[in-house]
Amino acid sequence: MTSIPFRGRKASRNRQFRKATSGGFVALGIMATAFGVFAVGLLLYSVANDGIGVFDWDFLTSFPSRIPEEAGIKSALMGTLWVMGFTTLFAVPVGIGAAIYLEEFAGKNLFTKIIESNINNLAGVPSVVYGLLGLAFFVYWANLGPSIIAGSLTLALLILPIIIVAAREGLRAVPPSIREAAIALGATKWQSVRFQVLPVAMPSVLTGVILALARAIGETAPLIAIGAFTSVFFIPTSPTDAFTVIPIQVYSWITRPLPGYQEDAAAGMIVLLIVLLSMSSIAVALRHVFARRRMW
Amino acid sequence: MVISQLPNLKEMFKPSHSRGVNARHVVTEPEQSAGTDNVIEVEHLNALYGDHLALRDINLPISHKGVTAVIGPSGCGKSTLVRCLNRMHEMAGGRVEGRVLFEGEDIYHRGVDAVELRSRIGMVFQKPNPFPKSIFENVAFGLRINGRRGSLMDTIERSLRRAALWDEVKDRLNKNALALSGGQQQRLCIARALAVEPELILMDEPCSALDPMATLAIEELIRSLAQEYTIIIVTHNMQQAARVSDETAFLTMDTDRAGYLVEHGQTRQIFTNPSDKRTEDYITGRFG
Amino acid sequence: MLILFLCALLSIVTTVGIVLILLTEAVPFFNEVSILKFLSGKEWAPLFSIKSFGVLPLLSATAFIAGMALLVAFPIGLLTAIYLSEYAPGPVRATVKPTLEVLAGIPTVVYGFFAITFISPVIIRPLFQTESIFNAISAATAMGVMLIPMVVSLSDDAMRAVPSNLREGAHALGANRFQVSVRVVVPAALSGIVAAGLLALARAVGETMIVTIAAGGIPNLSYNPFDAMQTMTAFIMEVAMGDTPRGTVEYESIFAVGLMLFVSTLVINLLAQALLAKFREVYE
Repeated sequence: MTSIPFRGRKASRNRQFRKATSGGFVALGIMATAFGVFAVGLLLYSVANDGIGVFDWDFLTSFPSRIPEEAGIKSALMGTLWVMGFTTLFAVPVGIGAAIYLEEFAGKNLFTKIIESNINNLAGVPSVVYGLLGLAFFVYWANLGPSIIAGSLTLALLILPIIIVAAREGLRAVPPSIREAAIALGATKWQSVRFQVLPVAMPSVLTGVILALARAIGETAPLIAIGAFTSVFFIPTSPTDAFTVIPIQVYSWITRPLPGYQEDAAAGMIVLLIVLLSMSSIAVALRHVFARRRMW
Repeated sequence: MVISQLPNLKEMFKPSHSRGVNARHVVTEPEQSAGTDNVIEVEHLNALYGDHLALRDINLPISHKGVTAVIGPSGCGKSTLVRCLNRMHEMAGGRVEGRVLFEGEDIYHRGVDAVELRSRIGMVFQKPNPFPKSIFENVAFGLRINGRRGSLMDTIERSLRRAALWDEVKDRLNKNALALSGGQQQRLCIARALAVEPELILMDEPCSALDPMATLAIEELIRSLAQEYTIIIVTHNMQQAARVSDETAFLTMDTDRAGYLVEHGQTRQIFTNPSDKRTEDYITGRFG
Repeated sequence: MLILFLCALLSIVTTVGIVLILLTEAVPFFNEVSILKFLSGKEWAPLFSIKSFGVLPLLSATAFIAGMALLVAFPIGLLTAIYLSEYAPGPVRATVKPTLEVLAGIPTVVYGFFAITFISPVIIRPLFQTESIFNAISAATAMGVMLIPMVVSLSDDAMRAVPSNLREGAHALGANRFQVSVRVVVPAALSGIVAAGLLALARAVGETMIVTIAAGGIPNLSYNPFDAMQTMTAFIMEVAMGDTPRGTVEYESIFAVGLMLFVSTLVINLLAQALLAKFREVYE
């Protein structure tokens, strides 16, 4: 009796079944993946389709209006710029500082552990809860009112955990040999971090910062919670002024019954999406450059 | 030879002229390897990674039963060679030219199902890789994926006994396999491979991650399995090759880093009286 | 150095601040409305002249919509992750992942708009002959789409953390790709995958704008997906949009609801983190 040939031998029922399930599964996986990609396309298309009609220079340079065709996003655009400027000012130095402390200086003790798990938990707190914090603390207790500064501080607290986590990852990717080399040359720990580690880590830290800021630009709920206005007919001139931002303006248009406002809302979203997509492209490009430059 | 006390169905399908013949006595010289009693015949095999030629024109017959050791300096393609024998080389994006006959049939023929092929060839890896499941489920894995239903306990006990692990784990078959020591994990991986009744077992440096005591246990196990199975073991440890194998194949590499086969023959002969100067240099430690 | 330390300390201060503020505003609320009535009441009508503060309608709507969203996002996300991690050729992976990241970066107000201008009128209404544009299922579907990238990215991470020698071991035993994925990789990554689902659930519970825009905003103790509902977050938005004076019970009620929201997301997140810690322990 010779050995059983496995080529030409009829596939057993089990094997046929295995092949069928495997093939069916791949089809399911491809369908699921296609669904996600299709959803992105559909969403972007439906927004673009609704908004493209009113999206023009006038839309960018007009104030909101009682007539949908004349309404524009000027005050919201300026409000977003103001708020994001201050949010960056508050959140970025503090976030990177905290990351440097945790990654370079903090000992492995209980306190560090508590801070770490606390940061993880903060990242999971719903944004509207930050809004309540901002409302009770910045708006009323600190008496800042529903101002740009109150909004920026609220958003800064919201994105702080994201920046800390991203910045720590960037710092961690810097090989210890760079730190040791600097220390061996007689640099203090601080000098080694400031002049060697931080510059090397900067591109990836920056990537994280940009993505965090992109998240803040799209936030609506916390700013509504602190009482930001829905329609503003002036351009803010100081951080204590009242304000609105693009997503709030968009939201307020969505809730209007006049159909024309739906187009304004969609056009507002186009502005928002263009800003966000360019930010994330910059982040991706940075990451790419960083990956190329990294030689170790 | 010692016949296993347990019934071995596979034995009944073996060509009669090879059954019961101790592999030690059927060693063939490479140049006269045309016989059909070989489990594996590698013919003019080239293995490539992209454009890089990792193995060049390998010709190697592996006869039934016993242990063949594949030795050579690191990077000469020993692991690649065994990975070509169960078509794992292509899993890592590799490519193969030439033929590999398994029981007389080319495994690289278009009609051959690589998945089916692998279920008939066992493989043990450098680092023990038990699944993060119970000991029982690890051994049962190969049976379950092949659609075996009903009680698997008999097969599992038999496999664990053959892998010399039964006594150590019989009271905790439902415990996670990751709780075992490194040596036990490697024997579990051997038991896992034995459970599907393979006709050939490939071992890719199975002791390189183990301490000396665990290594000894695995080597003893390999010797006892040699009476029932055909085993090909890659090792960088020449003493190990001398201790466990009946035949040895020596590979080295060219200046272009392509591995090739220098010599293949009885282990005793390779180690005491190599016919090639390069083998002698390697074995006496002048190179590699 | 001290400054850096203070930066890190700010995260603790934020947490303490959130808890303190929610408590100080919620305590006077619970002086007026008994906790028992709050937790067990089936009617939520804080803005009427005869007020009632039974949180159950908000709570059930939150759980219901988040659950439905997960029902959309988890299977699709997991299948996508398995496909990307175990099957997809390099170029496909390199295209799909950034595309899904785009989905993750879209503001939720856009999803809300998508729900009421597309999902509800174009899909749900013709399919189920419903009357109102505003209903739970449209909001939940949009939320599900929003959660897909999160589930994909987290479970993809978990599966890629499974050492490749386990895959090799299974292949060498004659398992095909499907069996390797479903019998080895997914079980080995299970705690990471469940954590991904939990984190997505927490995100769904805390999600605000989609439900505010699309779910109808009517407190409603119902399990009919075609009904209008109001979640905890949508209620907070409703009060915040109307100028409710500080010190009134309505104002305080949003902090009581906020406290409830905070606690529920915290519990889910802690569970997810415990699972992730267990997962890392095995593979790192």
